[in-house]
Amino acid sequence: MSLKQVFTKEEIERSITRISHEIIENNKGVKGLAIVGIRTRGYVLAERIAKVINNLYGTKLDVGALDITFYRDDLSLVAEQPVIHNTEIDFDIENKNIVLVDDVLYTGRTIRCALDALIDFGRPRTIQLAVLVDRGHRELPIRADYVGKNLPTSQKELVQVKLQEIDNEDSVMIEESQDDKEKDSKMGS
Amino acid sequence: MKLLIKNGRIIDPANKIDDNLDILIEGGKISKVGKSIDVKAETVIDAAGKIVMPGIVDMHVHLREPGREDKETVFSGTMAAAKGGVTSVLCMPNTLPSLDSINIIKTLNDIIKKTANVDVFICGAITVGRAGKELVNISGLKKEGIIAISDDGASVDNDELMLKALKEAKKEKILVICHSENKALSGKGLVNRGFTSTRLGLRGISKESEYKRVSRDIKLAEESGASVHIAHVSCAESVEIIRKAKKKGLKVTGETAPHYFSLSEEDLLDYNTNMKINPPLRTKDDIAAIKQSLKDGTIDIIASDHAPHTENEKEIEFEYAEFGTVGLETELAVSITELINNEALTWQELVRKMSLNPAIALGIDKGTLGVNKDADIVVISPDKEWVVNKADFVSKSKNSAFIGRKLKGAVEYTIYRGKVIYKA
Amino acid sequence: MTKKKTAKWVHKDLLGLEYLSREDMELLLDTAESFREILDRKIKKVPALRGKTVVNLFYEPSTRTRVSFEVAGKRLSADVINIAVESSSVKKGETLNDTGRNIEALKADIIVVRHNCSGAASMLARNVNISVINAGDGWHEHPTQGLLDMFTLRKKTGKLEGLNVSIVGDIAHSRVARSNIWGLTKFGAKVTVCAPKLLIPPEIEKMGIKVTDNIDEALSGADAINVLRMQFERDDMKAFPTQLEYFKNFGVTEDRLKKAKKDIIVMHPGPINRGVEISSEVADGANSVILEQVTNGIAVRMAVLFWVSQARDKDIKNEVTH
Repeated sequence: MSLKQVFTKEEIERSITRISHEIIENNKGVKGLAIVGIRTRGYVLAERIAKVINNLYGTKLDVGALDITFYRDDLSLVAEQPVIHNTEIDFDIENKNIVLVDDVLYTGRTIRCALDALIDFGRPRTIQLAVLVDRGHRELPIRADYVGKNLPTSQKELVQVKLQEIDNEDSVMIEESQDDKEKDSKMGS
Repeated sequence: MKLLIKNGRIIDPANKIDDNLDILIEGGKISKVGKSIDVKAETVIDAAGKIVMPGIVDMHVHLREPGREDKETVFSGTMAAAKGGVTSVLCMPNTLPSLDSINIIKTLNDIIKKTANVDVFICGAITVGRAGKELVNISGLKKEGIIAISDDGASVDNDELMLKALKEAKKEKILVICHSENKALSGKGLVNRGFTSTRLGLRGISKESEYKRVSRDIKLAEESGASVHIAHVSCAESVEIIRKAKKKGLKVTGETAPHYFSLSEEDLLDYNTNMKINPPLRTKDDIAAIKQSLKDGTIDIIASDHAPHTENEKEIEFEYAEFGTVGLETELAVSITELINNEALTWQELVRKMSLNPAIALGIDKGTLGVNKDADIVVISPDKEWVVNKADFVSKSKNSAFIGRKLKGAVEYTIYRGKVIYKA
Repeated sequence: MTKKKTAKWVHKDLLGLEYLSREDMELLLDTAESFREILDRKIKKVPALRGKTVVNLFYEPSTRTRVSFEVAGKRLSADVINIAVESSSVKKGETLNDTGRNIEALKADIIVVRHNCSGAASMLARNVNISVINAGDGWHEHPTQGLLDMFTLRKKTGKLEGLNVSIVGDIAHSRVARSNIWGLTKFGAKVTVCAPKLLIPPEIEKMGIKVTDNIDEALSGADAINVLRMQFERDDMKAFPTQLEYFKNFGVTEDRLKKAKKDIIVMHPGPINRGVEISSEVADGANSVILEQVTNGIAVRMAVLFWVSQARDKDIKNEVTH
């Protein structure tokens, strides 16, 4: 089992800054903008992006956290028991430009869940997707609007994202795993 | 037709024998008991390493016929008896109709003659319909052959009536068997009243409902001078009352069933209806008291209280299920497992409780391996282990409290009147 | 950061809190928090049990619990079917086991059963392969009520361990009391039950609780009091003093509460008998969380339906792959 680092702390920081600028550029400013991060690391990234934007523009962007466990359609297929976190979207998403944030984009199924969940909260004007890593192998027609790094991977590999707020370090690693348990453990994002 | 049992360890308390001897059987009777019998016999059983004892006399069995042949019949019940090493059965009167009239006793005797596989003796009712209001014609029933009376399933509440019954029974020289329960106290109870009934959320049956009635039954027996037999003793308090009565020299015999020295209320915690029994399973302390009472002779007799019920009557909500467990096919093994293996009793004592004492209490010539006695004999593998499986039961109903339990001690041969009627 | 739920849930049935570990219950309560949030959304629905069928099989009349389970199931996008069985048909007609097997044959996934016999849910669970949730069996247990009571307490005080909780009412015949006792003691709360001597079941102190027949003693020092409904219609209540007598000696009134902790939490499983076990002032007062219990009940039942369904799906998957 080999471990390869593909994203350093500094690279991650630069990507987040770049993504934050791209968001502003794309949305022609901050009006009606809100960030929603998918639990758990997506939310950490969402807060970081909001912080960058708030620092640049002196704004106080709405940031929400979305737990998609109850929208998953694969719970009976995975060996691990799902861990449920809280959803906290305490602002109205009606007519807003929502930027969904996740750490890794893989099969696209997580994002499909997140879209369903978000739409149950109301009718946003647009939903855009920002991810730190896009590792390919889409199973649904989903694409990210903002990508930190494109990472070609094989399905046998595991992508490990570590963030300071949760894991006490910032890094992205690729791990070669023996079996096909990649599919099992992260549902493929 | 000669049958020879060789090399077995003979346990015969009636003749004070515990020795490796051979037994020769001829014409349905025991003809010789001694070392190395060298006689040509049609059937030879090698009982090396086995225990050879007189067939069990089970004085508390519900055969259900007439009336509830769906639960059990004389035929199926006695088949089960054979499998369990039981060669004499006293059948209880709570049939439909109850065994309270000359006609019904005649009918039952007929059925027994035609279909029984072992000896069946009849226990008549005390009151008509077991309703506790009117005495049966005790002498009339005695002429038809009953050897005991009981309202088992119920107790005669009216003291005067019970006293009258006891006096009659004394005159007729017939044993009175008491199902000692004060229904006013036990009411709609379902399990032992205590922590388990609280946990399970079920109405409890207090020990009081049993021991207070035991007290009364013994008091009335004393007053009447009759012998009295207390059936299915379940708790320490009842044991103590019988102990005191015996010390006073009163003619009281005590009986318990194997479930009262092997299962406690804690075994019921999953609402197993096969363990719903009346009297109910009590506490671990009561189990210890019963074992002690067997050792010191306060309880003279072990009887199964074989109570068959159909699936429809047991596989339902605990509250609605019938009370009772079958017992003929497991009583010996449970007794061996709980009493011999734990050294609570010796083999002599166990055979006394299951074969000899019941015969004495009932006044029948059984429970002995003496010369010229009926060749009713059981050959046992004392150490053979087996698991109680519902599918293996021979009785019509399979409601056993012991399903799934591992037991030690298995019947290899049951011989009745000199013929092998069961072979493992 | 958010809490981590770590217990591994393996139960395809929920028959009682006696059979759950503290970790199991913690998982249910934590999940209920997430479901509670959904109840405040505009669209109060998640697809977690989409395509699943939940059958409410109620042998005893109940509006509150049955509707609560119905709402919970629907919020999870399940199809919910209600069967109200007349208790007379139990004796005359189909047995509980047969009814259960028929429901299973209809390809339902979960049976929520309420029955007047203790142990009925356990028996049903032994006889069907689909999930069984006990919505109250005789005097035995009402696990979802126990859970929602604990959820409410935990939400209000932030903890369960070390809480002083008193339960007052007909303890002997109360499945709510038993479930609460099992649950609370496993979390390390200190439980006291209070009832007239006739209504205290034998040896209940062996459950690790205190017993008293004095309401003021039960109230003094209590962080919460759970007031149970008094039923006077039952047979064995005929020897009991009148409703007025009960209220005088055991009723939870404002005067009595004055001697208790100022912020004591007042709970009741409902429906309340005003002026019998509790006064209107207290029931409607600031200390009462009775209505919150009702809302929390839905979140808790959603959590139970969710996890029970998970375990069943895992069982099915394992059956298929083996």
